[in-house]
Parts: sequence; structure tokens; C-alpha cells
Amino acid sequence: MSIQKNRELIADRFGSLKHSSGVCLPALDQKEPWTLEAYRKNGGYQALEKVLGGELDPAGIIEVLKISNIRGRGGAGFPVGVKWSFMPRQSDDQKYVVCNSDEGEPGTCKDRDIMRLNPHALVEGMTLGGYVMGASVGYNYIRGEFHEPYSAMEQAVKEARETGLLGKNILGSGFDFELHNHLGSGAYICGEETALLNSLEGRKGEPRFKPPFPAVFGLYGKPTTINNTESFASVPTILRGNGKWMDGQWFRGLGVENSGGVKIFSVTGHVNKPGNYEVKMGTPFRELLQMAGGVWKNRELKAVIPGGSSVPVMPAEAVLASNMDYTSLQENGSALGAGSVIIMDETTDMVNVLERISKFYYEESCGQCTPCREGTGWLYRIIRRINRGRGTFEDLDTLLDVANRIEGRTICALGDAAAWPVQSFLKHFRHEFEAKIESIQSDAA
Amino acid sequence: MSSVEIEIDGKAYPAEAGEMLIEVTDRNGIYIPRFCYHEKLSVAANCRMCLIEVERAPKPLPACATPVTNGMKVHTRSEIAVEAQKGTMEFLLINHPLDCPVCDQGGECPLQDQALGYGKDNSRFMERKRSVPSDDIGPLIATEMTRCIHCTRCVRFGDEVAGVMEMGAPGRGEHVRISTFLDSTIDSEVSGNMIDLCPVGALTSKPFRFAARSWELTDHQSISPHDCLGSNMRIQTLRNRVERVVPKENPDINECWLADRDRFSYQAIHSEKRLTRPMIQRQGTWQEVDWETALTHAVDGLRAIIDQGKADRIGGLAQAASSLEEFHLFQKLIRALGSESVDYRLQQNDFRDDDIAPLFPASELPIRDFGTRSSVLLIGSNIRKEQPLLSLRIRQGWREGKTAVSAINPMDFDLNFACTVSEIAPGTAMLGRTAALAKAIADLSGTNVPAEISALSDGCDLALLAKQLVDADQEGLIVLGAFAQQHPDASLLKALSSWIAETTGNRLAILAPGNSAGGALANCLPGTNGLNKQAMLDSGMAGFVLLGCQPELDCLDGYAGVKTLENADFVVQLTAFKPETHDRHVDVALPICSFAETAGTHVNCEGKIQTARAAIESVGESKPAWKILRVLGNFLNLEGFGQITLSDVTQEVLEAMDSDTAPNCRPSEFRWHSPVSSAPAGLGSIAYMPMYRGDPLVRNALALQSAADNPGPLASLHPETLKKHSLKDGDWAEIGNGNVSSRLRVIKEPRMPRDCVLIPAGYEETVNARAPGALRIARAEQEIP
Repeated sequence: MSIQKNRELIADRFGSLKHSSGVCLPALDQKEPWTLEAYRKNGGYQALEKVLGGELDPAGIIEVLKISNIRGRGGAGFPVGVKWSFMPRQSDDQKYVVCNSDEGEPGTCKDRDIMRLNPHALVEGMTLGGYVMGASVGYNYIRGEFHEPYSAMEQAVKEARETGLLGKNILGSGFDFELHNHLGSGAYICGEETALLNSLEGRKGEPRFKPPFPAVFGLYGKPTTINNTESFASVPTILRGNGKWMDGQWFRGLGVENSGGVKIFSVTGHVNKPGNYEVKMGTPFRELLQMAGGVWKNRELKAVIPGGSSVPVMPAEAVLASNMDYTSLQENGSALGAGSVIIMDETTDMVNVLERISKFYYEESCGQCTPCREGTGWLYRIIRRINRGRGTFEDLDTLLDVANRIEGRTICALGDAAAWPVQSFLKHFRHEFEAKIESIQSDAA
Repeated sequence: MSSVEIEIDGKAYPAEAGEMLIEVTDRNGIYIPRFCYHEKLSVAANCRMCLIEVERAPKPLPACATPVTNGMKVHTRSEIAVEAQKGTMEFLLINHPLDCPVCDQGGECPLQDQALGYGKDNSRFMERKRSVPSDDIGPLIATEMTRCIHCTRCVRFGDEVAGVMEMGAPGRGEHVRISTFLDSTIDSEVSGNMIDLCPVGALTSKPFRFAARSWELTDHQSISPHDCLGSNMRIQTLRNRVERVVPKENPDINECWLADRDRFSYQAIHSEKRLTRPMIQRQGTWQEVDWETALTHAVDGLRAIIDQGKADRIGGLAQAASSLEEFHLFQKLIRALGSESVDYRLQQNDFRDDDIAPLFPASELPIRDFGTRSSVLLIGSNIRKEQPLLSLRIRQGWREGKTAVSAINPMDFDLNFACTVSEIAPGTAMLGRTAALAKAIADLSGTNVPAEISALSDGCDLALLAKQLVDADQEGLIVLGAFAQQHPDASLLKALSSWIAETTGNRLAILAPGNSAGGALANCLPGTNGLNKQAMLDSGMAGFVLLGCQPELDCLDGYAGVKTLENADFVVQLTAFKPETHDRHVDVALPICSFAETAGTHVNCEGKIQTARAAIESVGESKPAWKILRVLGNFLNLEGFGQITLSDVTQEVLEAMDSDTAPNCRPSEFRWHSPVSSAPAGLGSIAYMPMYRGDPLVRNALALQSAADNPGPLASLHPETLKKHSLKDGDWAEIGNGNVSSRLRVIKEPRMPRDCVLIPAGYEETVNARAPGALRIARAEQEIP
């Protein structure tokens, strides 16, 4: 079967995969890329073999990751190599590696495809993580609705275990690592790393106050490294270095300053070809939009949320001037987040969008701390009122005030995530809110 | 921990590295508002009221969860801090009802107080407010959950302090509801503390509901009558009524807690059953009389006995919750009448070591150290229900991983900590098992073991437990609880535990109910020619004077009490409550004041002497017991009853008391004798006093009587034992010795050992089931109509 044919087959079966660079998403030359056989054909598990064969020690791996300039793919963008270096690796205490596959940010669907189409990259990445951290157990916490990715991961773990790539004495190296997939129960908040740990422990999924950080007091109170699926899945390729072993420079070079490597962007909304695009960091937004077939129905672009619903919205002109990397998006008033690009065309009712987003955070707040528990509902209700034509101009000030009083005052970042859209929508599209209020007032008159 | 220096509002303060900022500000009297933080609970950091500004931090930080570091610069009143606090307050108030005028928390409400400082007088919140259904969570705590601000103090209290997680926070976001699980009730014996912890009016006292506004109440310092700690409490009154009792913080005794037994027993003071006028029983009918008549009648009755030359056959039984002064005048009266038969140890059965007994039942370990031991051994103690606050301290040590707790108990009690070694040894087995432990300790430490101990030992291998005690040395504690003290061979158990304490270096504590220490120190004990409580009940008396007790209910062997009272010629009862059917043998009932109406001195298990003042005037025509005793002395023309004020009595008893009240609870010598208990041939019986049935006061406290710790007259058996006797859970059964029996409902209790029945005292219904003799159980068709 030709590569083209197979690409079509996969695209047909897994329509969400639109473009792969072969790092976290599989190269599309294999018939069933999720199998161990296919993964191995493309160099899979070579990094693990080399590492366990003694070619690189944990400190060396961390060094490679630091050079590669990979930043955490879950949204916060913390450098992976630095995070791994925080672990008390020498301590004899039980340690854990945890993967955050609770992909719940509206607009994001990349981890789902990694697990469905390239699960072994995650298995290998987590095993390498376990080796570096001296952890003998890893947990992959998968979003509750992800039954298919869960099955794929379970299959991959089974294959790896059967071939000695997981379990006791991996590849005869004396290193033990057991990997467990865990299906969550459908709470967005469990994607927050400490809420995830609580949930794994069987507690209520409520974020913990930090400090202490998971590297000191994590799962079951033990040192724990927790990373996003895409971060872990990138590790084997980074170590393979495109043929130049253990060289972080190759991956670094794919991206731009401050943003190493490639990144999966989940492009959704008003585009012709929504889906996952694994492209180089720093790719101009225009190019990404083009790859996604442009705005649908030949309409004009109005706005883009470039990193998942919690990051600030960008008006068309700002986003069109941006490149898809941490620095550029920040300079233009937003953030890369988890790389979930939500495209909105000229017909979009921004008040409506904000109502939907605010409802989400209102529904998903864990309710633990006051500003988020009380504030998210308040925000949503005001916006809903405005959208239903019962708003006042004072409401706009209250809205901004409430958002400001949530931001930075909560235990976890969900409060910020609820506040930022409100602030940015009001900043860029206040006229639409005012128009709704005015139109109703003139109707009444 | 190293010392650091931090700057708060421009002033330098010393602190320990790693301690939380709020601890430093609290210590130095710097005010920071808060709701969820409580020094006795873990840090939750969820209310966000204590947000303050820390220089170089990008956002305001919660003072309760921010560890101090050297050179940290903190601003508690800067614009950033105050704006953050005001923001939180606005959020807390948007859904909080404006029902302060009808809320019991009003006037003592942290939310109300802090809203004054950080809230606004109008609200921007134009949406519909949230309302939350309020569940019935039992007779003690009233709920109004719309007021809840989700601080989770009650949840953490249950989980961390009380050891039973009865409250939780199911739901998410705005829909989080603080509630019990699956509509269950709050059954903890220290649940009332949740009322104190709740910073709003969500959890309030049910018995106090709508009784008064907090600012109308007058505070009176008092001492708890029921526990042996002498917990400090405040009696709050309005217009000569006790409306509420709350704890008074004392870090050395009760910290900031109070057990429900002491918090809610005040309800009995104003109960309908309160005896407000003296009563006399003539030909089976009770009639109210004036004091003069009653006293004359009482004196005549006693004099008749004396005139028959049976003065030494007058017995005196007192309630352990009596005050030191009452004990003193009581024993003085009995002795002046010509008898030495006086006792307050109503739940004790073995008195063979009276002559070598220590001065008073005591704890050799200060109360504040109960939570710091490396080892605690409970012998015959359900400490959680006997001394709830001491149990909390032990739990604290256990939770912190300091304390290994083990137990030799008649059944597998539901304690609020887990036992390292738990030996279930009902009846005589408790003796054999304790002796086995003594032997194991002797073996381990190379001490010679007296032959008598070896003879008592049941041969169980207790090496592990022995090691726990020996390793603990001075850091170990041995607690003799109610089940050991009421044991037929209690004297042997005391000797054995003393021997173990002596050999291991462990401290010993005999935890007796109420003011037992005061009873012993006031010499409310039989003299050499007198009879102890057991001998009085067994051999019968010509007359009785009862001080605040009902022997049929207060003694575990109430059956003997009934028989003895029945056969007595004349019975005078000093009581706060109206005669009931089981008081049918009483001739005169003289109304006495409750603990709240009279001053009195209490001695706790440490030997600490504390005096409580009267909080209200006497209810009805009741009089303080000490005055009645004094007047009886006067009417009988006895010497030494000329005291004018209570302080005369206090002074008299304190002078008479042994000056050395240093706690020591070991007998002056080891005396071994053969045990009277033997393994029962058939069914064993475990009698116990439920915590809310132990004296007339709690028995008449309405809310406590509806609480879970008043189980009702039920017999509990292991499911297998039930099956063996062809019984099912909930069946009626005839339980007795063949001659007399009680018809009781049986329930299954997997914590029971096999072939034993647990029978609660404190109920008239169970008196016959506790009669001596081999126990039989048979299914009965139905309840007696």
C-alpha cells in the first residue's frame, strides 16, 4: 500500500489526524501505526534500549531534554528538563511518574490521537521518565470519556509487557517499571495536576495547595513527576535525535528560540479541515490556517483562541501577525496553552461564545475555594443575562471586576482560566456586548 | 527548625522557618481575617479570606498556607491585601442569606463580624441566590445549609479530630453541599464541637435553637460533671435559665473541645421531670409536701432505724458526679448517724483491695501528655465513650504516628484509632490475658514473675505487645477503663496493671467517672466497720440515704439494687428528678440543685482542684444538696453541721483531705488472691453503661436520649451466636438467669465476641437480665404488651 493510500485510510478512519511530523503523532507510512511492530519499524524503543544499555545516564537524559528546549505541552509550558531535575532522584523512597492524559480543555484533542495512534511513544516516554526519576511505577490518568484511547493504551501496555519492555528487569537491565492506565470519571478539574493526584488516590478531585509541589509531596505523598501526554511522547524522538543519538540540538532546531521542537495544534472551529496538525514551533498562524483549509464558507476571520478556551482571545489582525510559539503569541496578547486553536469567522456572536465558555468553567469549578466557586457562576449568569437581552452597562464593569477578583486568588489555575476569557473578550469585543445591551434598551424604548 | 526573621507591616518578628504566616501573626496579635483556618485542624486554604501581600510574590498569598522564610516582607493591610480580602468577602456574601435576624449564630458569627470590616452595605449581585436543602442530621445539630460557606471545618474535624468522617462535601462547584453521607446522622460523641467550629449559622445547636440571642446570654465558668478531666466550660444563661453550655479553652485539660455528654446534659436542668418540691410516698402514692414536712419525715424515718439499734445498717450511696463538698457532708452525715457504710463507686464490684488502694483513682500522666506517648495500652476500656476527650488526645498521637495503641478488651470496641494489638478477652479472660502479658513482660525484661501471676496467665503469646510496653518505658501509658474497674476481679486487674507499670516503667491511669477523685479524697468511702456498695446491696440494709443516684439504674448489678431497696425499711433520696417507677422503694424525695445551680468543687484525675460557681438560682424549691445534708444533720441534732456558707464546707473538706494529692494509682502492695470470676459454662454476659444513661442528669437530657449513644434496652450478640440460639437480628428474646428475666430485642453486633451478650445498664428494662446467675437466652414471641 502506498504511503498516500495509507494516509488516506488513516485519515478516513481517524479523521482528526491531518498532519504529522512523526514526533508524537505517527509517521503515516505504517498500516497500523499503533502496533508495537509498526512503532519499532520507525525506531521505536531504540532510545530505551540505548539508555538501558548504559549509553546515557539519567543526568545525561535531563541534559539532552534541557538542550532540546522542550516545554511542557499541557499548557503551562514549563521546561521538561528542568521539571525532571527537581526530583530527588537519588532518594530510596518510592517515587512515581504520572502522565496527565486527562485532556479536557475545550478545543484540545491531541493527546487522544497520540494515545489512539501512537501509544507506544507514550509507553516508551514514560518508561524513560521512570528510569530517569528512579520510579518503578507510572500511572497514565486518562480522561473519563476516552474509552477508545484507553483501550489502545491498554493494548500497547500489554504488548510492551509481553515483550519485556515493561515490568520486571526491562531488557535485562535490572530496571523495573510498571505502567498502569487509569480512566478518570469525567471531571475537567482532574486535569489539574494535584487534583489528578487526589483523584488517583481515590480522593475527591480537588487541587491541592502548592507548595509543597508534586516533586516533593506528590502521589500518596511521595515524590512524583507529572507531565502531559505530548511531553512524555516526545521524549523518545528527542533522544533519538533524528539519527544523531542523544542530541537535543536536532529537536531544538525544529523550533524557534524559547520554543523547541514541534507541537501538535488542534485546529477547530470555523475552518475547512479541522484536526490535529503537528508542525514546527514558530510556524506562522497564516500557514497553519492555510494547512487547515482556511476559514470555512469563504468567510473572513474574526477571532482566534490559540491555546484552548482558557487563554485570552485574539482578534484576527493580532493572530494573523503571530507565529505559533510561546513568545510570539504572548507578545500578541495571548498564550500557546495546550495548542488548541479555535477559529471563529466573521459571523460569530462573541457574547454567545463567552456565555458558552463561562458556562463551562462554572460547571467544572470544583467548588473548593471561594472566588472560583462563587465567582464562576456569577460571571456566567451576568453574561447569560446580557446575551438574553437583560444586561445593563453596569454589568460590564461588574463582569470585569468579578473576573479580576477571581484571577490570582484561587488555589489552582481554574479561576484564572475562567477570568481570562472574560477579560479578553471585553477588551477586544466590548462593542458587541454593548450592542446587545443597547439594542434591547432601544427595543424597550 | 531554624529561627528566621520576617517583617510584617514594617516591623520585624522572629519566627520558625516553615511555620505558617498566620501562626506568627496570631502569636503577635496581628489580625488576619479567616474562616477555614483553625489551629487544631489541617490547613485547607480554601476560604481565601486570609490573603495578604508578600513582597515579590506575583499575587496575594493565603497566610494560613504560606510558610515563612527568612527576610520575607509581609503586608497585612496594604491595598493588595485588603482588596483581596474584600473580594473574597463579596464572593462569600453573594449567596449567603440575609437572615441574620433569625440566625442563632447572629452576634457571635465570624462572617457577620468580618462582613462589617470587609463587606459593603449593598450588593452588586443581581442574580438569584442559591438555596440549599437542610437535612436532619440528628438531635444535637441543627442545619441551615444555605448559610454554609464551605470552609470544611466540620468535615476536617470529623476526619481528623473525632476520627469518624460523618460530614463530607459531595458535589462540585456551586453545587458542593456540606452534608452527611447518604442521609445518615451525626453520631460522634464529640459532634457538638462542629457547632463551635462552624463560622456561620449553618451548624447550630438544636437544643439551643431560637432560645436566645447570643448577646443576651450571661457566661458562667463551670466544670464538667461527667468526665474525669474536669473539662472547663461556660454555662450560658438567660433569665435564670441555662440556655447553652460551651467549652472554655484550657490547653492542659480539654483544649477547645467538649464532649456532647457535658455540652447537652444541661437540658435536664429545666426538664419536665425536674423535682421542684419535696415529695413523700405514702401507701404507694406520691404527694408533694413542704420542706418542713419532708425533712421531718426523713428524720423520723432515719431515727426509727437508729432507735431500733440498727444505725450501722444505714447505707449511703452517692453519685460520682457529686461535688467534693456534697461528698464530704454526705459521708459526714452517714458517719454521724452511726454507720460507716458509705460509697460512691456504683459501677465497681470488687472491693478486696480497698485497704491498700491508692488515695484516689488517678492518672499518673498529666492530661496534656496523653497525645505524646509512644505506647498506650487500654485494659478494659472503651475510652472513646468513657472519656471522649482523652480518646481524642490519644488519637492525635496515633495519627501523628507517635503512639502505638493496643488493647485488652472484652469486645472489639469501635475506637477512634486502630490498635496494633487487640486482644478480645471477655469476662474472666481479661484477667488471664493481662496476666499473660505480665508474664511476657517478665520474660522479655528478665524479671522474676510471681508464681501467682503465672497461675493466672492464660498462656497466650503476647511477646509483641510486651515489647511495645517494654520499649516504651517511661513513654508508655496503661489505662484501666470502666470494663476493668467493674470486673469481678478488678482488684487483681489493678494489681496486675500496677505490676506491669512497675516492671516496664509505664505510667498508669485509672479513669473513673465524674468526680470520683473528689469522692475518694472526701472519704466518701466505707470505714473499717462499714460496708462497701457491693456488700450493702448484697447483704441488705435497714435504711438508705441516696445522693443523686438511682441504684437500680446506676449500678451495673441493678437487680441487687432493686432487691436491697425493696427490703429496706426507709429510703431517703436526694434527687433532682421526680420519682419514677423504679424509685418505688423511696420514701422521701428531697429536691436538690443540679450542677448549674450550686457552686461546687471537682477534683480531676490529675488531682487538680477546680471550683465552679452557680450559674442560675435553684429551680423550684430545690436546694443545694450540701444545704439539705447540713439541715438533716441539724434536724438530727448531730455534731459538726454548723456550716453557714459553702466555703465553710470547702475549707473543712480541704483541711480534712490528705494534703498530698499527687496522682498515684498503684496499690500500696501487691496482693494476689484467687479470682472469683470463672469462664461461664454457657453464655457470657458483658454489662456496660451507655454514655448517655450513666446518671440521672444525662438520662433526663432530652436530646441526648435521642442520640445514637443511647442505644435503648437492646441485647447485642455476635451474628453467629444469634444463629446458634436460633435468633435473628431484631427478634425479641427472654434473657435472664432462669428465675428472673427481661424481654429484650436482640441485635447483631459483629464486634462482639462469640457466646456473649452485651447488656446495657441504665434501663429499667434490662435490670432482670443483669441478675446474677448463669445466663440463658430464648426466643420470645413478641414484646410484652
